[in-house]
Parts: sequence; structure tokens; C-alpha cells
Amino acid sequence: MWPMVQKEVRELRRDRRTVAMLIGLPLILLVVFGYAANFDVSEVRTAVYGDGAETVAGQLPDLFVVDTVDPNGDESTARQELVDGNADVAITTGGTTTAFVDGSSLFTAQTAAAALAQAPGSITVDILFNPDLKTSWVMVPALVGLIMAFIGTLITSLGLVRERQAGTIEQLAVMPFRPSDVIVGKIAPYFVLAYLDMIVVTVLGALLFGVPFQGSVVLFGVGAAVFLLAVLGLGVLISTVSQNQGQAVQTAMFVMLPQILLSGMIFPLESMPWGVRWIGYLLPLTYFVDLSGGIMLRGAGLPALWIPFAVLAVMAVVILGAAILRFRRDLAPDTGAPPNIDGSDAERTATA
Amino acid sequence: MSEQHTFGVDRLTVELGATRALSGIALDVPPGAVTAVVGGDGAGKTTLLRCLVGEVRPTCGTLRRPGKHHLGYMPSTSGVWRDLSVAENVAFAATAYGVEPEADRPRALLRAARLDDFSDRLAGDLSGGMRQKLGVVMAMLHDPALIVLDEPSTGVDPVSRVELWRLVSEAAAGGAAVLLATTYIDEAERASSLLVLDEGRPLVEGDAASITAAVPGTLIATATPTDRTRAWRRGTRFHEWRPDGASDSADSSAVTITPDLEDAVIIEMLNRRAVAS
Repeated sequence: MWPMVQKEVRELRRDRRTVAMLIGLPLILLVVFGYAANFDVSEVRTAVYGDGAETVAGQLPDLFVVDTVDPNGDESTARQELVDGNADVAITTGGTTTAFVDGSSLFTAQTAAAALAQAPGSITVDILFNPDLKTSWVMVPALVGLIMAFIGTLITSLGLVRERQAGTIEQLAVMPFRPSDVIVGKIAPYFVLAYLDMIVVTVLGALLFGVPFQGSVVLFGVGAAVFLLAVLGLGVLISTVSQNQGQAVQTAMFVMLPQILLSGMIFPLESMPWGVRWIGYLLPLTYFVDLSGGIMLRGAGLPALWIPFAVLAVMAVVILGAAILRFRRDLAPDTGAPPNIDGSDAERTATA
Repeated sequence: MSEQHTFGVDRLTVELGATRALSGIALDVPPGAVTAVVGGDGAGKTTLLRCLVGEVRPTCGTLRRPGKHHLGYMPSTSGVWRDLSVAENVAFAATAYGVEPEADRPRALLRAARLDDFSDRLAGDLSGGMRQKLGVVMAMLHDPALIVLDEPSTGVDPVSRVELWRLVSEAAAGGAAVLLATTYIDEAERASSLLVLDEGRPLVEGDAASITAAVPGTLIATATPTDRTRAWRRGTRFHEWRPDGASDSADSSAVTITPDLEDAVIIEMLNRRAVAS
């Protein structure tokens, strides 16, 4: 496997266009999306706690969809509800009425804050996790996923298709490598590179934009690795259906664009009609955006994030498994003995 | 060199989708000899070779081939990594086959191929002939029992062809079974035995001498062929095949000649098409 890794790294180093994409595109994406993204929201999930919960819930504008009304809840309940991502706004009543707003859902928070200012009664608004409602704080965790998806999907597929286009995949298939050696050797450099890129972007995002990292680094690292396996699988799958690099780029763009538009990183999934929203739920980036935002901004733990974690793990297994099976078919097409002319298994001399 | 076997295929048929690429092919590739597969474009040479090395699954038939550690293969694209240098390509292939890259054999092969002065050059920057030679060197690095080379001399200059053939001949002399595909009949003539393919079926097979000796009818060299459908230009004159053995001609300069391998192959193709029609 190690020779494969060395060979792949050497080839990659000399592929200037690919290296330029690796360096240039993530930075462009980071800067453009980090500063310029913007959007609106039409529905805010709300929980109301305290003695006056029923009353306050009834007075809220239609924008606030009240899922929970709990007279026994208090401020810590409200805060935890936001950390767990179960509500966008959690209001405590009795004494002063305070609305805690989840600032990690930037545009939902902006809309909610504006609506609460117009609401009847005196409601104090306390925005948590992103008090200044900075766009970059929300975009950076999502961009970490987008960049990993980009490398995992596009760059990996290009690297694999290059072998096919150059005819060297035939050479690899004949060499005494196990298919798993070739596959792991091929994708390991991309995994490491994408993971390093993830770290660089996360750190750079924190330094440039002051994005906090409230949660567990380990949980984030594991989640990123699982997500990376899923998108690497997409890249391998794309390579198996592409005969040349042009086709791979086109197919990768076809896969990437929905991830950008429908993953919730730009437009909130909740605001989308179900006709397109379901596509978002099929995309790995959707779940990584949940995961990264939850860990970095809200400090959420595994109990709050087990669903996106589990979905990503299942996606990684299914996508990577399918990809490896398809790629393996390219590497070892001659599996099983051919039928003989008279229908029996052919004999084969396999020793020298 | 490991224990010696005669490799090859028996009753081999390959269907690629709706196309029958190979039909009823039998071929022995004995050790210590060069066997050539000859044919025009699309005759099935590459499919036969890819089948033998395990790249294509046959529809039916029997394959006799060594395990991967004893098989050396050069695909028609030369099989070198263009973004790796000559030395890196050799090192990668050597490591894959468990050969020490700094051992004597890789160095000796590079020297024999006259590539030792270009170790640091990227394979993508080599000339076509040098790249083909590198592909052959990589296929031979581990001293395999069976060496399969897909058109190693296509697009290669005459000097490099000579060097290529020296490499191939030395490998065979060392005991390897060498199978190579070529479109060049003059090149195939140098092989110990050959199989000529035509549209996926065997046309003629054997050694060059027996193939030419088995040509039916008469072959004459003439400036004015009587039947142009059975004549082909060779140099300044035509060669005309007379299946009935007649040697008469209106051309007083016409002479009866002994067919060479190219003539024999053309005659066999004419014969097959005449039978088919």
C-alpha cells in the first residue's frame, strides 16, 4: 500500500492544475461565502417555558411555530433546548420575559429578533452562540464541510480517472496488489489532504473571523472523518462512471451543486418546499453542516447530534462500499472461472 | 526464472456486449520463445492479451497463465505513470513485485534500454519510443515467467525498435515466455511462432516458414496483374495470387516467386473472403 501512497503523492504534486484548485478554490470559497452569504426565513421553531408560557405562546406572531409549552421549564431548560438544536427560540416567562435565540441559525435568529421586537409585551432578546449574528460564524463551519466535500468528490474522482485515462489502471490491475491495497492506497492521500485542509480552514476560520469552537474537538474530528469517507466514496463512484477527467469534473459539479444549494448551508432547509427539501436530506453535507455548527457554535454533544452522526456513518458505509465494489470491478474484472465450451468450469493454470 | 510452463489459451471466445471480439482462439506461448499475435486494427489482438492477463473476462474457453507475481504486462498505452520520473516508475513497479529498486536487474534493464541517463526525466517528457521501452523494462523487472507486451513497437523509431527487440529476445533467451502483439508483419516474422487474427478469428498460425510453405496456388510478381482483386502492390510491382496454380501472364517480365509472410497472410485473407462470399 505504501508504494501506492508515495506514487500518488508524487503524481499529485506534479499535477499543477489540481494543486492550484486545492489551494485557490477553498480560499475563494471561504472568503466569498464567509462575507457575502445572506438569506431570509419564514418559520421559527419555538419553545416557551415558565408560569406565563401559555399566555406568551398565544401572543406570539404566526412566524413562531410553538412546539413546546412547558410551565415547569426554566432558563437552563431553555438554554439546553437551544444547545440540543430542538428549537430556534426558547422563551422564559414569569418575572421578565426573555427570548433566548439560537444565533447559530443566523438568518432564523435575525428574523426572530426582528419579529420579537415588534411582538406585544416586553420581551428581552438574548442571542446565544453568535451574539453579534455574524454571517461568517455560521458559514465557516459549513464551509469546512463544503471544502471537504469538494476535495473528496472532485479531486478524488479526478485522481482516479487519471489512471483510467492514462491506461495505467490496467497496469495496476495486473500487478500483484490486492484491490483493497490499490483502493486504499489511492484514496489515503486524498483523505489526509482533505483532513489537513479541514484543520487549516477551521483554524484559519477561527483566526480570521473569530469563530468560536465551543464543543468537543474529538467529536468534531471523528464527525469530519466519517463525513470525509462518505464524500471520498462519492469521488470514487464518480470515477467509476467517468472515462476521462472532463466527465469526472462535470459529474462532480452535478453532485456538488445540490450540496451547496440544498444542504442548508445557504438556504435554510425549513424554508424549502418539500419538493426539493427531500433532496437535501439525501446529501452528506446537510448532516455535516448540522454537526459542525452544533459542535463549534452551540457546543452540542453526541446526545444532541447522534442523528446526523448516525446518518453520516450509514452514508459513509453505503457510498464507500458501493464505490469500492464498482472500483474493484475495474481492477479485477476476471473474477471467477469462465464457463467452458461444454458448460463446465474452465481449468486454469495459476502457478508458475 | 521460476518453473517453466507453456502458457496460452484454448477454445477462447470473448463477447464484449453484442460484439464477438474473439472466437475459438487457441494459442500456446511456450517458455524461452517469442510468440507474436498479428492482425490489423480491431482484429482482437489487445482483447486476447487482456484476456490472458485477466483484464477481460472470457465468455468461454480456458486460460493458462501464471500468478500475478510471475506475470509481466505492458498495455498498449505503455503503462507508465507520466507524472513519475523514469526512476520512480521503475521503483514503483519493482516494489510492487517485491524487487529491490536498487538491485542489479532494474539497473541492467535500464542500461540495456538506454534509459539509464534519463532516470530523473518524467515519463511524460520521454519520447514515444523511450516511453515504450520503459514500459517493457517495467514488465520485465521481476523476471516474470510470462511477459505480455501489447504493441510495444507501435510508433517507435527503427533504432528503438531494434533495442526493444533486443530486450524481448534476451528475456526469451533467459527462459521467459513472451507474447507480443504487433501490426507489423516483418516484426512478427522474427517471432518463433505467430498467430494471425482476422476479425477476432484465427487466420493462420505456426512459424513463419511453415505458414509461407503452406500457401496454396502460385504467386507471381508482375507489372500488370491479370486479376486485380487478387493482386497487391509490393514496391514497384504487383504480387498476384493464382489459386489454380497457373503462372501464365501477358506481362513478359512476370516471374513466379516464393511468398514471404506478408504475402502468405494476404493470400490467406483473400482465400477466406473468397470462401465466405
